[in-house]
Amino acid sequence: MILETLLVSAPDWAIRHSTVLIPIVPLIVAPVLAMSPSARLAWVASIAATAASLYFALLTLAIVQSSTGGVISYHVGNWPPPIGIEFRVDALNAMILLIVTGMGFLASIFAWPSVIAEISRPKIGLFLCAFLLCFAGLCGVASTGDAFNLFVFLEISSLSTYVLVAMGAGRDRRALPAAFDYLIMGTLGASFYIIGVGFLYAATGTLNMADIAAQLPALAGNRSVQVGFAFIIVGLGLKAAMWPLHQWLPNAYAYSPSFVTMFLAATATKVALYALIRWLFTIFQPDFAFEQALFTWVLAPLGIAAMVICSFQAVFQTDVRRMLAYSSVAQVGYMILGVSLGTAIGVSSGLLHLFNHALMKGALFMAVAGICLNVQGTTIRDFAGLGRTAPFTMTAFAIAGLSLIGVPLTAGFISKLQLGYALFEHGWWWAVLLVVFSSFLAVFYIGRVLQAVFFQAPANPSKHRKEAPLLLLVPLWVLALANIYFGIDASFPAGLARDGAVAALGLEAFR
Amino acid sequence: MTPEMLIAAAICLPVIIAAGIAAAGKFPNLREGVTLIGAVALFAVVVQLTLLVAGGARPELFVGEAVPGLAFAFKLEPLGALFAVVASGLWIVNSFYSIGYMRGNRERNQTRFYICFALALCGAMGVAMSGNLFTLFVFYEVLTLSTYPLVAHKGDAAAQRGARIYLLTLLGTSIGFLLTAIMWTWALAGQNLDFVDGGLLANANLSPLVSSALLLLFVFGVGKAALMPFHFWLPNAMVAPTPVSALLHAVAVVKAGVFTVMKISVYIFGDELLHATPSREFLIGAACVTIVLASLIAMTKDNLKARLAYSTIAQLAYVTLGAMLADHAGVLGGSLQIAAHAAGKMTLFMCAGAIYVATGLTNISDMKGLGRKMPLVFIAFFIASLSIIGIPPLAGDWPKYELMQGAIDDRHDWVVIILVLSSLLNIAYLLPIPILALMPPPGTKPLKEFKRPGGAPALTVAAPLFTAALCFVLFFVIDPVSDFLEPAFATVEYFHGVDLP
Repeated sequence: MILETLLVSAPDWAIRHSTVLIPIVPLIVAPVLAMSPSARLAWVASIAATAASLYFALLTLAIVQSSTGGVISYHVGNWPPPIGIEFRVDALNAMILLIVTGMGFLASIFAWPSVIAEISRPKIGLFLCAFLLCFAGLCGVASTGDAFNLFVFLEISSLSTYVLVAMGAGRDRRALPAAFDYLIMGTLGASFYIIGVGFLYAATGTLNMADIAAQLPALAGNRSVQVGFAFIIVGLGLKAAMWPLHQWLPNAYAYSPSFVTMFLAATATKVALYALIRWLFTIFQPDFAFEQALFTWVLAPLGIAAMVICSFQAVFQTDVRRMLAYSSVAQVGYMILGVSLGTAIGVSSGLLHLFNHALMKGALFMAVAGICLNVQGTTIRDFAGLGRTAPFTMTAFAIAGLSLIGVPLTAGFISKLQLGYALFEHGWWWAVLLVVFSSFLAVFYIGRVLQAVFFQAPANPSKHRKEAPLLLLVPLWVLALANIYFGIDASFPAGLARDGAVAALGLEAFR
Repeated sequence: MTPEMLIAAAICLPVIIAAGIAAAGKFPNLREGVTLIGAVALFAVVVQLTLLVAGGARPELFVGEAVPGLAFAFKLEPLGALFAVVASGLWIVNSFYSIGYMRGNRERNQTRFYICFALALCGAMGVAMSGNLFTLFVFYEVLTLSTYPLVAHKGDAAAQRGARIYLLTLLGTSIGFLLTAIMWTWALAGQNLDFVDGGLLANANLSPLVSSALLLLFVFGVGKAALMPFHFWLPNAMVAPTPVSALLHAVAVVKAGVFTVMKISVYIFGDELLHATPSREFLIGAACVTIVLASLIAMTKDNLKARLAYSTIAQLAYVTLGAMLADHAGVLGGSLQIAAHAAGKMTLFMCAGAIYVATGLTNISDMKGLGRKMPLVFIAFFIASLSIIGIPPLAGDWPKYELMQGAIDDRHDWVVIILVLSSLLNIAYLLPIPILALMPPPGTKPLKEFKRPGGAPALTVAAPLFTAALCFVLFFVIDPVSDFLEPAFATVEYFHGVDLP
């Protein structure tokens, strides 16, 4: 409904160029921010840039949904593919773009109170510049249809992420080694990816994704294609924090500025996972023999290992941010498990969880960011008694936490139900038990925080503790209420996920 | 009012009452007035709905659908109406009793107490009226979460420990097993969770292995049914104030559990599929073990509430037994037990509470001769004990009779022996209490003074007398009640696998 009005009211140039404008606008605004004389001005400009991207992402979604083929193909510089760079958006990346831009927009609103507290004022312009670059890179990854261009955008987002993580040093010096770790691991991942693309280029002579896809069926037995495939999966798996390639994530999330943690948790791994799905299902075909083997013997066990082992690790964390970080790896495990079924229902359940997880983790980390403004330290002990002094922040935290557990009437329940359904359909009922077990562990680690927040007395009540500012509460509650709304009426995200799976696997994959 | 509005009213009224209680929190008389008026209003709504159901209607309310087949919807059928009437009707009695008990005991945080009580009733109404497993599960959890603060009411270490066990057991079984079973059912039934006459899964062609596993997940997943080995939360919940034990842990919460089991038996599995499910035999055995073992444990308990709690565990297993026998007499007996046991056990708990308010005594061994000082309480206790044992003309007689009939129809003759044994055990652990209190052995020193001046508050004596009288009344109106329930079991056969001559 809203999307249709948007489409009708949009100017002609916006409709024509919406796809490419999503990453371009922040990319252009970013250097301006670096030169901005005033921190506040930079902040307002970053909101404007992300809002523009969100608008174009919604517009793109509207175009994709209303067009018959469901694909937008945009030729950069009017050079047609396979020579030129193609931006190609179907229902799958339209959904990812919506998540990235939406979360980026909400993040940039609450950036002000959080950044002003954690970053020294002269650096704020540069900091927000890095944020917009990261944002633009992620949008670029999610919209490009060119394998090499994807690498470029991936590096734009990664390099700026290293900077963003390192900026946490003002609060905790451990941010520096965390950023360094991430730099090494991230660069390894990107290198693996580009090596894989190189192998494929050697075999096919093209970098356009659709073009590669068209040539691959004839080359399925080719060793360099298979090697390239393996490199790409490892490289993207590293970026997506697929267990056991997740070692960079807990420290990066725990020590970066709280604003960065929130933004990364809601978007970065999601985009890498999208790229993984794109390679697994659109470019390569799931009926290739080596891909079937990968699904059954690599992705599914790794997904299950992530959701069980990392949930266990989360239970034993004392720092709330580290706990949530481990939980994120576990949640990526759910998505990988769904995807690894290779069925349309499995992929759509993975995508639905991807959407819902952005909502819940975004809200959780935003609430933690709100607490960081007034409380030193983020251990569970520091959270004791906050239910009385910061009820609004912590109630939103509780809602998102319940959604993470998968309590009925929250979004998390719907995605777990879909995942369970996909697993049952596939005959993997034992995996359902593991999903349930992992949810049960989530009851423990979230319950531990909630118990401290609502039932324990504060550790040292003399500290100044109060509610987070309105700039943080509004986006926080938007996310929290979305968690409830999409738990009661899931037709919007479920429809997006279904369309996304159809775009990835083809309509006939659904019965 | 239209049927939709009536259902909406039944679900929303308790929430509105809770809000009213919160608003009137500073004025105890006004607050209790809100509770009482609200309870009566809720009962009136439920009675209206029940009359509609008796007339053959099935009031429905569709709220919304999250994903296909996962609807938030209500539909009232006779079984649910029976549970709703029992819960909302006894809430009125219990509210009077609560006022006497809480004031007589000078309990703290009374506003929170009444708020949570109203919310628990919302959970019970939702469970009773839910139109599918998903809605039922949501309200099942509402019931768990809203009763947690009630169990932890005292706030001391013991209460917190008991409440934690309560919460973890109920949440653990429901999320671990019940939710898994619901997800599985949703997948097996083609994305559908509705309660269907004759059984949702009846035509799903389940293999015996699948249906066995599913049935075990369901029955053990409903932790509130307190089937061993998931019964231990109930004795732990006895740290709650007695009105909570009386209404929630003898009526609303535990009956919501066995009611869920009954619904699953009749509307999800259906009798035909149940009879083709091998794990049914195991569950019949588990119910019988629970009946005998819980009764034996009850005999060893000197704490009155603990003994009653174990007695409840045994009596709840009757309903599970009936649901698993899955023939006409069996499910009818189980359903009647929901009402009959509610009246009886609530009386017993309210008596225990009255004794505690007046004297501070909790141990049975200290109550010898107490009947001389509080005769009415112990007479009520005596009547209710007889009803639990199953002696006519008291309500508890009918469920036992029907269950025996059901066991014989299902060719489980040995179950009859278990039921008789259970009655004997009931006599052994229940009857000595009122008899020794009313007719103390010579040489016992009777209590001289009440702890509370004036003894038990009048309200705490009147309420159990009323419910004890109810046990009498229920015995005589059993025919209309059975006729009312009949449509729910229309598809359930009397005999399975037997060719009648």
